[in-house]
Amino acid sequence: MSLIFDLARGMLSRRRRQTLVSVMGVALGVAFFIAIASLMRGFQTYFIEQVIDVQPHIIVKDETRRPLPQAVEIAHPEGAVALSGVKPTERVRGIRNAAEKIAILEGIPGVFSSPILTGQALLRYGSRDVSVSITGIEPARYRRVSNLEKDLFQGRMEDLRSTANGLIIGIGLAQKLGVVLGDSIIAVSPKGVSLQMKIVGIFRTGLTTLDNQAGYTLLKVNQILQDRPNVVNQILLRLDDVTGAEPLARQIEARFGDRSESWEEQNRNVLTVFVIQNAIMYSVTGAILLVAAFGIYNIISTVVFEKTRDIAILKSLGFTEGDIQWLFLLQGMIAGLLGAVLGCVLGQIMIEGLAQIRFQTETPAGNDRFLLAHDWRIFAVASFFAILAASIAAVVPARRAARLDPVQTIRGAA
Amino acid sequence: MNNATPALLEAQHITRRLPEGVTLVQDASLKVERGEFIAITGPSGSGKSSLLYLLGLLDRPTEGRVLLEGRDTASLSTAELANLRLARLGFVFQFHFLLPEFSTLDNVLIPIRRLGRLKDSAARTQAMKLLEALGMAEAARKLPEQLSGGMRQRAAIARALANDPAIILADEPTGNLDTRNAAAVFDIFARLAAEEGRAILVVTHDAELAKRANRRIHLVDGRIVSDSRAG
Repeated sequence: MSLIFDLARGMLSRRRRQTLVSVMGVALGVAFFIAIASLMRGFQTYFIEQVIDVQPHIIVKDETRRPLPQAVEIAHPEGAVALSGVKPTERVRGIRNAAEKIAILEGIPGVFSSPILTGQALLRYGSRDVSVSITGIEPARYRRVSNLEKDLFQGRMEDLRSTANGLIIGIGLAQKLGVVLGDSIIAVSPKGVSLQMKIVGIFRTGLTTLDNQAGYTLLKVNQILQDRPNVVNQILLRLDDVTGAEPLARQIEARFGDRSESWEEQNRNVLTVFVIQNAIMYSVTGAILLVAAFGIYNIISTVVFEKTRDIAILKSLGFTEGDIQWLFLLQGMIAGLLGAVLGCVLGQIMIEGLAQIRFQTETPAGNDRFLLAHDWRIFAVASFFAILAASIAAVVPARRAARLDPVQTIRGAA
Repeated sequence: MNNATPALLEAQHITRRLPEGVTLVQDASLKVERGEFIAITGPSGSGKSSLLYLLGLLDRPTEGRVLLEGRDTASLSTAELANLRLARLGFVFQFHFLLPEFSTLDNVLIPIRRLGRLKDSAARTQAMKLLEALGMAEAARKLPEQLSGGMRQRAAIARALANDPAIILADEPTGNLDTRNAAAVFDIFARLAAEEGRAILVVTHDAELAKRANRRIHLVDGRIVSDSRAG
């Protein structure tokens, strides 16, 4: 084994420059893959982290996935019954037995829950009207499922409790209305309830929709504003283990019947985009590696052609076809390995370079640079595929070498 | 001859025909015993090299069979033949065919390491001993391109001897050497046969050198026309 390795190394060293060119081809493929993958993975991870960070991991809503079944459908589940023009009964919307459900959910280890009531309202300050979405929260519970507290840059969450009709709004909204901390404004709900509210906090999340359109008040206050006493229309859940969100959401929905959406379900469209993005990335780098593989094929073919005599003598000495095939396959693998190592170094340099770039414009999230993932797995995957591609490229010339007839060669040389 | 001990190497009515219909060797039979130094002669194109390749298990006869130490080789796989060559046979060709990237010593070590019977240090000792016996101790660390033609061929002989083979097969080993070096190579062969009991088969077109062998086989048109022992 070590003999074949020594022979392979010796043969490759003869064609140093040509070997270097093929190795560089592999190295570039690996380096680009690493740089692009780090870039994409970095962005995707950042995005998902933002999503996980900003949004609750599961939202239990006061809806069902399908319309509630009618009595006749329950009575004849298999029957050919069609109903049309059903007039739904007026029922109080909201999650039924919310307190009970919360108690059950809180019983699950690693799960925090918070009931909220969301609703629309018009904020009026002077002559300005802005329509906003108001969320009624219980600060003690809500701080465990959201980052609102972290995003507050003026005021405190506790002030919601200590101030009558306290309201926390986004920075964009505050600017639109022209209000500052401590100002009083009028909130009017679609039900016609009007409340005088006091700004007790201003937050900035970096997400424009939230900063421009969201407001938070006490759950009780919003229930009065929306004229929906004791109603909770969503339960937000936050999990210690975000990967468990989807299965847990399914369990909750199966048990309570309330529509439960995990963060994955809510962001499915974006996550699908990521899948496509990754597919594009893999095909591009796959193409680069394919080109690199041709380089390897070329060098191994050349060596086989040049080493016809050496192959003949090795075979006459008693090397089997398997030995010879392995000898040239190993050369491809060595070239692939060198390319992979060099590519990892180059890739790291490219990452460092990209990390130095600063953008003039400030993105909403407050980033002015590329978000790069530093993941050893990217290096491992790139190296693995480089060596694999190089090995596959070497198979054809290696097989040709293995099948060379030593008699023909020796006769030809004489 | 005692039937209980089979001949070292035996060819029974072997014929080698190319697919295109050309006959290289026609119905050749011979037995090779230990310690024999055999010269195979004949005009060019008479099939002497082809006969040597058949006897050396590098090629397979289209008819007849070759027995090595009483064992029929016809049924053996290509890999099994390779292993037999590695352990029992040694080849020397007109061109030295030393691997250019490796030192003389490393070239001699290749078959020893491939066979894998000796540990690294023992293998090196063995290779050095072979080179010393051929007066090549100083050339051990040199690359083939740094050696003279005669030295290269002696290095090739050392490599052929690496695994202590029973039979050495040489195809025009002196074809590229001057008279003095050619004589030296034949001296080595004579010694290997006489002192170490190896069978030596040498294909040569040099009649003077052939006289130094103790048995001469003459081929014409692929047929053995004479097989004479020097008395």
